[in-house]
Amino acid sequence: MTFIETIGVAWEGLLLNKLRSFLTTLGVIIGVAAVILMIAISAGAAAAIADQINALGTNLILISAQRGTPGKPPTLVYDDALALAQGVKGISGVAAEQSVTDQVIQWGTANFTIPTLGETPDFPTVRQVPVGSGRFFTQVDLDRKNKVIVLGSKVAHDLFGDTNPVDQEVMLGNTHLTVIGVMAPKGSVGGVDYDDQVYVPLTVLYQRYLANTPVQNRVRAIYVSAASAETMDSAISQIKTLLARRHGVTVSNPDFTVQTQQDIIQTQQATTETFRTLLAWVAAVSLLVGGIGIMNIMLVSVTERTREIGVRVSIGARPDDVRMQFLLEALILSLFGGLVGVVAGIGGAWLFNETGVMRTALVPWSLGLAFAAAAAVGIVFGYFPANTAANLDPIEALRHE
Amino acid sequence: MDNDSLIRVENLVKIYDGGEVPLRALDGVSLTIARGEFVAIMGHSGSGKSTLMNVLGALDRPTEGRYWLDGEDVGEMDVEELADLRNRRIGFIFQSFNLLPRLSALQNVRLPMLYRLENRLDAAKREKTAIAALEVVGLGSRLYHRPNQLSGGQQQRVAIARALINQPALILADEPTGNLDTKSSEEIIGILQNLNRQGVTIVMVTHESDVAAHAGRIVHMKDGKIMTDGPNGHRQRDAAPALESRGGAA
Ligand SMILES: Nc1ncnc2c1ncn2[C@@H]1O[C@H](COP(=O)(O)OP(=O)(O)O)[C@@H](O)[C@H]1O
Ligand SMILES: [Mg+2]
Repeated sequence: MTFIETIGVAWEGLLLNKLRSFLTTLGVIIGVAAVILMIAISAGAAAAIADQINALGTNLILISAQRGTPGKPPTLVYDDALALAQGVKGISGVAAEQSVTDQVIQWGTANFTIPTLGETPDFPTVRQVPVGSGRFFTQVDLDRKNKVIVLGSKVAHDLFGDTNPVDQEVMLGNTHLTVIGVMAPKGSVGGVDYDDQVYVPLTVLYQRYLANTPVQNRVRAIYVSAASAETMDSAISQIKTLLARRHGVTVSNPDFTVQTQQDIIQTQQATTETFRTLLAWVAAVSLLVGGIGIMNIMLVSVTERTREIGVRVSIGARPDDVRMQFLLEALILSLFGGLVGVVAGIGGAWLFNETGVMRTALVPWSLGLAFAAAAAVGIVFGYFPANTAANLDPIEALRHE
Repeated sequence: MDNDSLIRVENLVKIYDGGEVPLRALDGVSLTIARGEFVAIMGHSGSGKSTLMNVLGALDRPTEGRYWLDGEDVGEMDVEELADLRNRRIGFIFQSFNLLPRLSALQNVRLPMLYRLENRLDAAKREKTAIAALEVVGLGSRLYHRPNQLSGGQQQRVAIARALINQPALILADEPTGNLDTKSSEEIIGILQNLNRQGVTIVMVTHESDVAAHAGRIVHMKDGKIMTDGPNGHRQRDAAPALESRGGAA
């Protein structure tokens, strides 16, 4: 039997039993589709994370105090940020940030509680949250501890409705503050809704909301944007050296951490890993079920065609010929399932994306991988039936009805 | 061993253990068939004819006894060599034709060639050879018919073409006319006789005396043993005259 003819015979057999062939390969179809979808979803998640990181600001370096050691409170302070801005070369901005418990904001009769942050002038550029109207506060505002506030876009809308908030006076906690600006809508990034919080100068936060607390002067994070990707590494090492010197620690054993976008991506990818593992199991189980289905149908096929096998042997087919024929049939069956699965996987990924269920990104090599998995299933699970066929006794096979 | 003997079996025994008592389907069969002979094997149903044919066709192995084909000890052969024997040196014809239903006449005939591609012809020559074989059996106009589109006699002729395709020295036919009407039977026997005239050795099982009458030698079996074995003509009883008149009319 030539290869082509064997394929032809196998294909005809499949067409004879269209429904049976389809049902048999359903497991393979689902398995292959799951493999493709799994990879598309994790690629989509990775792309989403990358987008988040981009939204946070490119070439962003995040410095945070190491927390959690009892008796040794975090030591990152506002002056560290000022020192970094002064002493590190190759950076385009430094933004220090501190938060307080949510405060009640009030204008006229409207009031609600709102996350409140103390920021420095570089916040809009470093964190890439542009100002929508009015202005952000300046170093002068910080130095003079001017009682000004900038609102997130949603806060502005909720509090003022159609009124222009700029130059209006609001109450935040016990302090009267003048609205000088409203940020442009940004949306949620990494679980933080930038539109639903308010910003005051860091020094005002210390004076009005953190007076007489040990948190005085401390910042929860300093964001530094490197001037370019090329200056990242140099900026990081300068930051480490400078902060270590200021804190009286060594670079190898610091009391702060310096993270880049890459670090953040990696942390977040660990989260999607769990989901990917789950899908991998779905794929593996489906392929296993598909394989057993193929084995079952091939055993049925061998039984149905016992006489044919006897005829083939009687005219000179070797056991190897018979084995190869049935292996090829199993392979064709599984590759057929693989093909349908690839189409289903692509369609599923597209549908997930379109309907907004989950962001997906098709990865070309995943199609090859899924197809190869289907082929492997065909060969592995086709071997036993093929071997059964090859070892049939010719006389008994010929006598079979 | 003399050079002319194609088949030599000695003391063949085939025992089936399935039933309450072991059944001796072959019970000490010894037989020598010379190259070019046309031998008919006769006997009642269950006398062991098919069992013997299967052993001769290398489809089955005897429980005891030895079998030389063309001087080679078949009992010593491995599965590959047996497959080769069935493919190139023996053509087997069955009562029930045993064509593959999904293949055309041409594809059926071509099949044995495809199992020995390494020492065979290219696709075009294979096709030519298969067409020629079908023409020999008078089916040159039925190349692309499937078995279910052919009459019994035509199907058996396809089977003969398939058996011939690798030019075997030996044709084994187990009741080749058992499922056929008289006219078709005669056509089949005619083809076999023609082949025999061209030097192909033929061993044919039949329980119809008029069919056996065409053979040069008739072997009678009973209970797994050979009862009589001799040239045709002498041992024909009541069937012989009837057959001669019919043969004259044909
Ligand atoms: N596979 C088998 N198992 C058990 N008995 C068998 C088997 N094949 C044949 N026989 C028995 O062996 C005897 C000879 O059978 P067979 O050679 O087919 O007879 P024939 O072809 O002369 O009619 C019969 O009694 C038959 O029932
Ligand atoms: Mg029989």
